[in-house]
Amino acid sequence: MTARAAPPKKRDWSLRSRAVRGLLYQVLALGLIALGVWFLAHNTLQNMRVRGIQSGFDFLTGPAGFDIGELMIPYESLDPYWKAFLVGVLNTLRVAIIGIVLTTLLGTLIGVGRFAHNAIVRGLCYGYVELFRNIPVLLQLLMWYLLLTEWLPDPGEPMQLAGLVFLSKGGLSFPLPVWQAGQALAGAGALAGAVLAWAWSRSARKHFELTGKPRPVWLPALGLVIAGALVGWSLGGAPGDWNLPKSGDVSVEGGGSFTPEFISVLLGLSFYTASFVAEVVRAGIASVPRGQSEAAGALGLSRGQQMRLVVLPQALRVIIPPMTNQFLNLTKNSSLAVAIGYPDVVSISNTAINQTGRAVECIAIIMAVYLTTSLTTSGLMNAYNTRSAIKER
Amino acid sequence: MGSSFTPIAPRPAPVNTEGLLPWIRRNLFGNLPSAVVTVLLVALALWLLPQLVSWAVLKAVVAPNFDLCQAARGSGACWGVITEKHRLIIFGRYPFDQQWRPEIATLALVALLMASCVRACWKPWLVALWVAVLALFFALMRGGVLGLAPVETDRWGGLPLTIMLATLSIVGAFPLAVVVALGRRSKMPAIKTICVVYVELIRGVPLISVLFMASFMFPLFMPPGTSIDVLIRVLVGITLFAAAYMAEIVRGGLQAIPKGQQEAADTLGLSYWQAQRKIILPQALALVVPGIMNNFIAIFKDTSLVTIVSLYELTGAMGLALNSDSDWRPFKIEAYLFIAAIYFAFCFSMSRYSLWIEKRLSFSKNR
Repeated sequence: MTARAAPPKKRDWSLRSRAVRGLLYQVLALGLIALGVWFLAHNTLQNMRVRGIQSGFDFLTGPAGFDIGELMIPYESLDPYWKAFLVGVLNTLRVAIIGIVLTTLLGTLIGVGRFAHNAIVRGLCYGYVELFRNIPVLLQLLMWYLLLTEWLPDPGEPMQLAGLVFLSKGGLSFPLPVWQAGQALAGAGALAGAVLAWAWSRSARKHFELTGKPRPVWLPALGLVIAGALVGWSLGGAPGDWNLPKSGDVSVEGGGSFTPEFISVLLGLSFYTASFVAEVVRAGIASVPRGQSEAAGALGLSRGQQMRLVVLPQALRVIIPPMTNQFLNLTKNSSLAVAIGYPDVVSISNTAINQTGRAVECIAIIMAVYLTTSLTTSGLMNAYNTRSAIKER
Repeated sequence: MGSSFTPIAPRPAPVNTEGLLPWIRRNLFGNLPSAVVTVLLVALALWLLPQLVSWAVLKAVVAPNFDLCQAARGSGACWGVITEKHRLIIFGRYPFDQQWRPEIATLALVALLMASCVRACWKPWLVALWVAVLALFFALMRGGVLGLAPVETDRWGGLPLTIMLATLSIVGAFPLAVVVALGRRSKMPAIKTICVVYVELIRGVPLISVLFMASFMFPLFMPPGTSIDVLIRVLVGITLFAAAYMAEIVRGGLQAIPKGQQEAADTLGLSYWQAQRKIILPQALALVVPGIMNNFIAIFKDTSLVTIVSLYELTGAMGLALNSDSDWRPFKIEAYLFIAAIYFAFCFSMSRYSLWIEKRLSFSKNR
């Protein structure tokens, strides 16, 4: 019998070693990508030279030369481009933030409605979800815009509510308090009240943990905030001046106002996203086992307490990550505002591209804005998620 | 003798809990708030429904007659605008006398998609069928073969374009998504980083910026003198966008496969790609079919965005049909409802299918 030959010694630098092959693949992949980037950059530079396109962000300081219909900060057409972009970013953020609040309220309402006792309410909520999530959001935006600009009365003879709120093709006008020191003091007072309310809720919790006797939290807290605001308001001389809108011959004047473009984007995005939020909420509540609320009931908690103390905290863990995704989707979908002329950052960039031809720079600005917003939102939501995640010993 | 037999009183019949009446009692009048809501909602429906029926059916004008529509304005819907313009809305600017070609091509593509949904058809010949049908689709749409008159891609539009963009981008995105998902789980740091950056970058920006890139920047990327059709550029943009989302879905499926599967495959001596192809991916992909279906629905809806970069798919074709015609433009809302119904029909049936397949998958899991 011959002894079996010893297996060949494994060399460290052979192509059969996983580490070496891994290194090889990575170098290959990086090389390919570097080659691709070089190819694209080379072509772009060459094309720019051939077509005489200038590059660089220096155009941002030149005058923009176009008007913007909707402003949150003062802006005139001769202001520099960077200011126009800032107006656009602020408009995007405005519609995104108000939209997120609206869509959360509406979506939660509809998601909870899927569990209603009443069969008609259940059916309506189901119908809402299926109807709104199966039609493209762009189409919904266009439809809202059409409804608001064609089917509403002319600005000369608007629909009105108690002579205070006016709705017409020109948009929605509503009373706005005249900004004085009193309002600022009221805000400060409300903030002080909120701090007191927070201290009260902490002491109430401590008291509960020590003695087992609950103290009311929500009503006193609300009272503290309102009282703080009232004190600040009366310290500021109780200003009561309102800037009221008035119905003029051709348009509604004065007061605060929302343009039809803003309302269409806001309603379109909120109603569309609410159908997804409703599904997220429904899945979250359905994920809490029935035994949890039954056990809570056995402990003597009321239905409201069961929901607030047992079911919701557990459902939130399931709800928050997909909810973050929906908020990000709403923010990204606000870019569709360009289709109906709401001056968001995409719309401003589009105008800037047409005027200056600096497509690369303008698209880079759009992407940077959305990337920043997305990463910030998901960062904040992740922080909240960590707080509400299961605390394991 | 004495007391005579007295049977105890018969028990009352148990409360009926089956059937229509008990259902109504339980679900519509279960408690006081519920009853109030029921009454209010029924009253609202009784007030709204007749108005709706009167607007949409009774007083509606179906004939493509502009004067009749104008007369019925405000009281009845003008479905005449659809009778008049439906071919322009559905086929866009495709030459009018050639529109049988996109019609057949679209029907073939939809039939192929439906066949792909049936499990009995998940056989190797399905791939051949896909190649054949796609070849037929492009032959019919582009012309230039078999004596068909050539039609430039900028004349393509409407529903065929919508379905083609959605289908091709999903088909193209799928292999890319699998590779990226595998790359994201790879132990090689460089490859992992590349995949993470790609996915997060794309998911952080809106589709419209990707489309802007395809339409404004892509021509700059190519060597001078070459020009690529805008349809292909947009298709590449949507595919790259869809692949990032799908990669995350596939990654979810990969994560659900227990580690022991990979280890067992290693023990058997399978190489990395053999293990992925024969052990891991078949299990992971079966798990994520509903997710991929939802992604397909999302992409189908998102194709409406290409109208912003001047491709006339369904939404764009509708705008094209009405914006240039001042007679019919006042009846845009009816046309919007028409294409909304088309989108709804497609998306709703796809989401039903996705639900059905999800149920099938959980059957096999809960055996």
